[in-house]
This record gives sequence, structure tokens and C-alpha cells, in this order.
Amino acid sequence: MSARTADVVVIGGGLHGCSTALHLALRGLKPILVEKDYAGRHASGVNAGGVRQLARHIAEIPLSIASMAIWENVEELVGDDCGFSSHGTVLVAESEQELAGFRARVDDLRLRGFSHEELIDHTELKRLVPAVSDHCPGGLVSRRDGAADPFRTTQAFRRRAVERGAEVIEGVRVTGLARNGSVWKVETSDGPIEAPKVVNAAGAWADRIAAQLGEPVPLEVIAPMLMVSSRVPAFIDPVVILRGRKLSFKQLANGTVVIGGGHLAVPYRDENRTVLDWAKLATSARTVWELFPAMREATIVRAWAGIEARMPDEIPVVGPSRTSEGVFHQFGFSAHGFQLGPATGAVMAELVATGNTNLPIDGLGIERFST
Amino acid sequence: MNAVDLAPSYDLVVIGGGPAGLAAASLAARAGVTTVLFDENPGVGGQIYRGITSTPVINRSILGEDYWAGEALANEAKASGALIVNGATVWSLDPERIVGVSIAGKARMIEARRVIIATGSQERPFPIPGWTLPGVMTAGAAQTVLKAQGLLPDGRTVMAGTGPLMWLLAAQILRAGGRLEAILDTTPRRNLLRAAPHLPDFMLSPYFAKGLALLREVKAKVPVRRVASVAAAGDGKLSEVVSDRGRMPADLLLLHQGVVPNVNLALAAGATHEWNERQLCFQPVLDQDFSSSVPGIAVAGDGAGIAGGTAAAERGRLAAIAAVRALRPEARLPDPQSVRQRLQREEMGRAFLDWLNRPADSFRQPEGETLVCRCEEVTAAQVRATADMGCEGPNQMKAFLRCGMGPCQGRLCGLTVTELIATQRKSTPAAVGYYRLRPPVKPITLAELASLPISEAERKAVER
Repeated sequence: MSARTADVVVIGGGLHGCSTALHLALRGLKPILVEKDYAGRHASGVNAGGVRQLARHIAEIPLSIASMAIWENVEELVGDDCGFSSHGTVLVAESEQELAGFRARVDDLRLRGFSHEELIDHTELKRLVPAVSDHCPGGLVSRRDGAADPFRTTQAFRRRAVERGAEVIEGVRVTGLARNGSVWKVETSDGPIEAPKVVNAAGAWADRIAAQLGEPVPLEVIAPMLMVSSRVPAFIDPVVILRGRKLSFKQLANGTVVIGGGHLAVPYRDENRTVLDWAKLATSARTVWELFPAMREATIVRAWAGIEARMPDEIPVVGPSRTSEGVFHQFGFSAHGFQLGPATGAVMAELVATGNTNLPIDGLGIERFST
Repeated sequence: MNAVDLAPSYDLVVIGGGPAGLAAASLAARAGVTTVLFDENPGVGGQIYRGITSTPVINRSILGEDYWAGEALANEAKASGALIVNGATVWSLDPERIVGVSIAGKARMIEARRVIIATGSQERPFPIPGWTLPGVMTAGAAQTVLKAQGLLPDGRTVMAGTGPLMWLLAAQILRAGGRLEAILDTTPRRNLLRAAPHLPDFMLSPYFAKGLALLREVKAKVPVRRVASVAAAGDGKLSEVVSDRGRMPADLLLLHQGVVPNVNLALAAGATHEWNERQLCFQPVLDQDFSSSVPGIAVAGDGAGIAGGTAAAERGRLAAIAAVRALRPEARLPDPQSVRQRLQREEMGRAFLDWLNRPADSFRQPEGETLVCRCEEVTAAQVRATADMGCEGPNQMKAFLRCGMGPCQGRLCGLTVTELIATQRKSTPAAVGYYRLRPPVKPITLAELASLPISEAERKAVER
């Protein structure tokens, strides 16, 4: 059987892989995206949908800001508004001590030239989030932040990528890759594909690709849990997050409330399965119970977890392979990759096409894990 | 019984207090196994024997001798030493057999060495135009209020559908002095062709004589019309029932087209399921002891595939025998072979009934503006169009249309969505699959969830 050929093989049909495929196609290249399940099956399709610049690691901020600009006009890029709406993200301080830490963060960001995070006092906090418990002295806000529908977003990027010339193959697994001169031969469960360039956007499975290339990474498979309530009357606009206690909290337009925050289920990545940890979900429930008394009698309808990858330093791997020319990595977004999807795809396409990127990705390279 | 009084673990947790659960709990407790039975209703009996310890319908001829057979099971369970907890909602079961249960607003996680799921069946969705109108309900719901409260349908009542339960309820209503304007029989005539080869078996089964007598009893008092379409019509509430045989004024329409296994808990626990083409539903893959693909978790009763109440009890016994063998090998047990033989006798005739009462495609696969998902108000046209657009399965459909994401957790639309996708994409229900079900399989309040005891690890983290 003769191999199919492409300019680039993208491994993984999460939002990142789909975004990269789209941006490659927009540059006139022919990518083939290979996805073992279907686009958005895992974390990309079932995450909390937060589109957040707030409280990010310094190394990610340029990517996050570039992404925000795409999110605000996402319909122009993909022909679908992705359910995006912007009511800001608020990081609530539960004590004066915590608020002082936020103040130092804002000062530090200003020195670095970033102004998207803003310190707010109790009055402004109550104006933005009237339902929040009175014990909270203030917080941080990023006013342009918002939320989107994760599965719809991933599907929209996938669809537009195909419309622009990308090929998306679903239900097909990458089983190996080897270099043959200047061409990579990607073996799949549906036959080989040859291309000079490969993008590893395989999420919780990306370490297996990296290991094949001789650059193993300490990737941890995680499954952050979420739960959703039945519909309750509208009472909160922004996404609310906590740092001291793990919580993210958001009411959707249909009235349901999505509660997350990073408590983890037990993932079984080879079975596409997760087992929820109710003791930890109960902790989330208690936090909501204390912070939003209005939610106490709300009904929890469903809980779930999506499988994804976390790196030890909780920032992603973005950039060229250290060992293998023509291969680029895009994984390990450590439970906060959804917002970064649009711009990271553009950066990857630029890297693949030109070998460089105008947007700084310093500190995100795979070489940080070489020993 | 309060949640706080539960032990942290039991040898055997039985979920559901119908015939399978009662028989399983009795047998296990008598064999010396520490057994708890959780049942969400105020009293045991499940649906078939609902209200068996409390029904106000004391004239035994109304509900019939098959109903009152449940009394012995309930008494036996009570005397067995099993802890029977009513008002207990099980909302989670994971592959490690951790059971999430709520009692009176308080939740607990209980460990079980063995679990028998005996959550029985539910009525198959019957999505016709107007099925969400006030004045339209299922025959099962009407039977529930008859058994539990002794209430009869009020006003001009029409029944529509197919299957033994519809005829049984009609007889019970008539015996209790109620009235039915008409029965619209939706059974396709050509079903008889597929059922015929199984007729000899059926004639040897206890269903044969009972079934014929029931049909005669009902048809003597109520006009029965064979129909190919049914719709409920009215402005804000039901005012008439429309079929291909004409329109008739009605205040109450009772719908029924058979029962299907209630698969939510077994699916959420990770048990492998398969499509049953004869019964047109998903059911867990089980071995001869009713053990599922998840170690230590069995599914007995109609949840294992529809076979009726007496078969359910025998299945419960077989599952319990296997559980006791694993937990307490020295225990004295009934001979499983004789139980198996009784079960075989009870299951005889089932194939004939299944083929004969198999609902027509048009009553399972609605079109146009007929609602498929009641919770999120998703229509058949939307589901069909989304499947045409490329949506390959129910889980993607959830993401596109939110169908199956409401409080009923897909119980009222799951099979319809699977079959519609299969039809539109020229695939099969087996290939299309079912919703991935997630706990809580029954909604719980945030306050209930917050009432779970704080774990040791968490307490230490706070104190540090």
C-alpha cells in the first residue's frame, strides 16, 4: 500500500491540533490531522470552557493575549461564534493576606508591561459578583475574559480546517513514526502517511510520541473533574475562580452552573475512561455552599472529567523537537490550554512554515526536560 | 434509618427493592452475608409490586394474584436479616464498588465487596406528537398511582400502545370500577409473522392462558382499534386523541409500548452493554450468574434484559448465590441448577411476546417537530438533521443539541436518539452506541453532596 502524502501530519484532534491544522491550511499547506477517537473527544470537548487571561504563568502571557484577540473575533476565523461571551474572570480573595498577594502580582505584571489584570476592592467585587459571600475583601479581574462552548469550538476549528483544505482522519491511531531522509513516515492503524513535518498535539498521549523521538518527558495524565447544576435563575455573569481553595464557577446562558477548579478524577488513558472522586467533588460542593449561599438547594445533574496532560511546571511544551528535525511539539497545557488554542495553532503554523515565530514562546521548549 | 447510621462497608449492597433485589437480599442475608438493600421508594416492591406493604387497594381481585405474589417476597426479605433501607437513592457506583447513597438529604459513600444492581426496567419512550401535553401520561405511571394510592383515571380516558402491561392495567382499571373510552392498539399486524415460530413455546408457558384471559376480559368491555398513528392534540392540555382511524375527545391519554432495562447505573459503573435487537434496547453483557464485565458487580432482574417479575426473582437468587460463594464459601446455599431450571421456565414464551409486541418503527423514530428530548426540548427534525450533518453518535449529539443533558439524564430520549442516528446514517444501534452516562445517575442537591463526611486527608490539610 503506497503511503498517503501531506505537507504536515498533525497528531491529535483536540482544539490545539485542529487550530494548527486550520492555520497550516490558511498558509496554503496541506495538513493531514490524525485523531484516534473523534475531534474534541477528551479535554478539548469537555473542559470548563473558560477563556481566561487571568492568573497565567508569565511564560504563557504573550500567547494568551494573542489568543484573546482571536477569541474576540473568532467568528471571522472559523465561521461560528463558538458560544463565546465576555463577562470577565474574577479571582476572588478570601482574606486580606490573599489580596496582598494579588496586589504584588499586579505590580509585577505592570513592570513587565502587562495591564490585563486589575486589582478590585470589596465594593467592585460585590458589583461584579453580587452573590459572593461577604467575607471576601476583593480580588483580581481580567475584564476581557469570558467563556465559550468547548466542543462546539473544537468542532468549528475542525470544520473550518477541512473547508480550507486540511484532511481530518478520525478513529485512526498513530502507531509509530520514523524518518526516511527528509520525510517523516507516520505509521497509523489505517496505513502510513508521509510528510516532511509533524506536529505532536496528542495531549495526554503526547509523551508516547516524544519518547519515540528519544526525548521522553515527565508528562502526567490527569482528568480535572467538573459538575453541572440544573437551571437556576441568572445570578452571576463573570467566571469566578479561587486559588486558596480550588474552585472555578460559571453560570451559562441557559442557567446551568458549571463547577470545577482542578480536583482530579482517576484517569485510565488506554481505556478512554475516568473514575470520579466524590470526596473531592464534595469539597467543591462545600466551597460553593460557603461562597454562594444561593446555590445550596441547586441540583447537581452530572459530573465528568476529561483526560489531558500536565507537566511538572504546569506550563505547556510548545516548540521544535530537540532531537528530530521537522517535528514540533504542542502539548502539556496542564488544565488551562483551551483559551490558548487559537493563537498556539497560529504560532505552530508559523514555526512549521518559516522555522520561526514572532510571538515569544521562551521557556516553553521541550529542552527544559532534557537531563 | 439515617445515612449517618450506615456502616462504612457491607459485604453485599443490593440496589433496588423489586423482586430481584428482594430475592437477592433475602438469600444472601440468610446465608450469613452482611447485606444492605437500598431502595428509593417509601416501601419495597419495586414497580411490579409497588405499594405491596401499604396499598389501599385491598380487594385482591383488582390487582390480581400475580401482584400479591410480591407479598411473600417482601415478608421473606424482612425476616431474612438483611438491612432494608427505603427512601435511599443510590446516585453513584464506581468500578471499585464505592456506592454513593443519599437518605433524607444526607449523602454517604459506602464500600461494598459485592454489588447486585436490581434497578429493573423503565417504560420505553413513546415520542408521538403532543406527548408532553398535560393529560398525557404513561400507563406505568397510572398503574403506580393505582397501586400506591388507589387512584383511578378521571374523565374520558384513552389508552394507546402495545405490550402486556397495557392490557394488564386496562383490566385492573376496569376491575376497580374505572372506565376506558377506547384502546388504540399500535401493535403492527406483521409482527405475528416473526412471532409465529415461537408460538409453541408460548403456548406451553404460563403467559398463554393468562394473556388470552386478560385480552378477553378487556375486549368485552372496551372498544379496541388497531391504529398506525397516534397523536395527542389540544391547546395547553389534551383535548383529543388523533389517529389514522379518526379523532376522539379525551381528557387523559395513557401511553405504553413496553419496558426496557434501566441501564443508567450499570453504564455509569462501566459495565459493557450490548444491543438487543429483539427487545430493541441496550442491556448489560452478563455471564450465567448475572455478573457484569466489572468485577464484583452483577445485574439481576429486568435490568439484565426484560423477562418479567417472577424471572427477576430467580435471577436475583442466582446473582446472590454467586455473591455468597465469593464472600462466604462455607455457607449453605440452594442448588443453583434448580433455580436455573425455574428461571428457564419463567423465560419461556418471552420470545413470542417480544416479537409480537415489538413497537413499530414509526412509534420509536419520530419525525418533524415531535419532541425527542423533553428536558432540553430537542425535536426529531433537529436530531435527524444533525445526524445528516455528520454527527455520528449520541455523545456528539449531546454536545450539538444538549439532548440527554437535562435532569432525566437521557432516560426519556436515549433509545430514540440512538435509533434516529442509526437510521439517518444507515448504521445500526449497536454501532451508534448509547450516551456515556455519568454519575450522579440521579440528581442530588449541592447541599447533599456537601454533607459527605470530610475525609481524613482533607481534614489534615485544613488543620495544617
